[in-house]
Amino acid sequence: MAKITFIQPDGSPLIVDAQPGDSVMVAATAAGVDGIAAECGGSCMCATCHCLVETGPIGALPEMEDAERDTLEFTAEQMQPASRLTCQITVSEALDGLVLRVVGR
Amino acid sequence: MAGIVIIGAGHGGVQLAASLRDQGFGGQITLISNEADWPYHKPPLSKSYMQTQEAPLQALRGARFFDDKQINLRLGAAVSSIDRAAQTVTFADGATLGYDTLVLATGTTARRLAVPGADLAGVFHLRTAEDARAMRSALGGVRRVAVIGGGFIGLEAAAMLAARGLSVEVLETAPRLLGRAVSRAVADAVGEYLVRQGVKIHCSSAVSQLVGQKQVNTVQLEDGQKIAADMVVVGIGAVPEITLAQAAGLDCDNGIVTNSLLATSDRAIYALGDCVAYPQAQLGRMARLESVQNATDQARALARTLTGTPTPYDTLPWFWSDIGTLKLQIAGLSHDADEAITVHRDDGTLQSVWCLAKGRLVAVETLNSPGEHMLARRLIADGLTLDRAVMASGDMMRLKAAYSVAR
Repeated sequence: MAKITFIQPDGSPLIVDAQPGDSVMVAATAAGVDGIAAECGGSCMCATCHCLVETGPIGALPEMEDAERDTLEFTAEQMQPASRLTCQITVSEALDGLVLRVVGR
Repeated sequence: MAGIVIIGAGHGGVQLAASLRDQGFGGQITLISNEADWPYHKPPLSKSYMQTQEAPLQALRGARFFDDKQINLRLGAAVSSIDRAAQTVTFADGATLGYDTLVLATGTTARRLAVPGADLAGVFHLRTAEDARAMRSALGGVRRVAVIGGGFIGLEAAAMLAARGLSVEVLETAPRLLGRAVSRAVADAVGEYLVRQGVKIHCSSAVSQLVGQKQVNTVQLEDGQKIAADMVVVGIGAVPEITLAQAAGLDCDNGIVTNSLLATSDRAIYALGDCVAYPQAQLGRMARLESVQNATDQARALARTLTGTPTPYDTLPWFWSDIGTLKLQIAGLSHDADEAITVHRDDGTLQSVWCLAKGRLVAVETLNSPGEHMLARRLIADGLTLDRAVMASGDMMRLKAAYSVAR
């Protein structure tokens, strides 16, 4: 398990026990994190699982691939340097302690 | 205060409940599903859900979400009728529930195969989690599968079953795959991909009957050909679920008819998603679309309308289909296209088709080219058409440069 904290759109934190192998998005939606609609289910199509990486083991995050970058660039609200699509991040033990801010919309 | 009652807890119904709270709606929300399963993502049913026997359903939202948002979720509850005068719905068990506003998000049901033998064991339609579970649990021991219907669901299932090592044959009545959903070039490329995965494809092949004792063993075609199969998967399209609406006397024509605000012919009843025929903004005429995007974006617009900001639905449609490792993405609607610019990669494979109507970009279909798809969505939504040579290049650097000049 990896504990990942989501700061929800209303500012409240929700700490989620994420199962290695799942995507961060799946862990968030299953736990009922607010602001993550994830309507495409993880196909990198909708950008509704957009989060900003705040603190924690940032170096353990997987590199961003072109599909994720282009999706963020063309569809997400307010793309920022810390932007990630959580459907493209696979949970591992190394991500324990990660803090993400939900962008929502 | 009876609040808002939503019938159907698919992508659209769940998103509407969520968006109503996002918009500050403080009244009661009741979300009714006639399925016993926790609200789930439908697209994976024909893909990842079938890959292993243990793959779970993917929840749309966890239980905490519904609790926190005070959304009253009623699973396994079938609504049998609507009383418009009393503003109540009646459940199959006779209980009634009042509403101030009713939203029909009833989706579609699988079109049933209507040939002799369609009720044999081993014949599966694929629409709900229950359908997928039944098909998955029957897969053990199956070696040969006939997929009837060369649409998105049939082809996704064919690719997934072939990847599981099964012998798969696709039977399509029309002369080509994917009907009118995509251009001929994309349909051909998808067909070639499937053939490389070992799938046999028969177009212009209408099924006359399914044969077997109790269990299906043969699919017979109208031309007399016989295809051996110990499982048959039927994917011949979907029909809008309008039973309740029709019985209640609401206007229906290829779906529940609404205006651009998704209001039905009853001012207290709205509808959204796959079951709705509405004035489609890009086409400029009535249409019914079946997609996750259509359902969820309509839900967002309707949530604004129901909280005091009338919001006509006019979002650009987009679609996707994961057929094995092939990612087919569609931006816009190609119904009225009269010109197609095809883009090939250096290795000769099809990368994309840019569809124009009277010189204006209306749709772009891409294969494993997600950046191009995302850019196309922006272009079409912004009403931009680039220089033909730039579109034909399929080169992201050139496309992005041209977009930043044109916007």
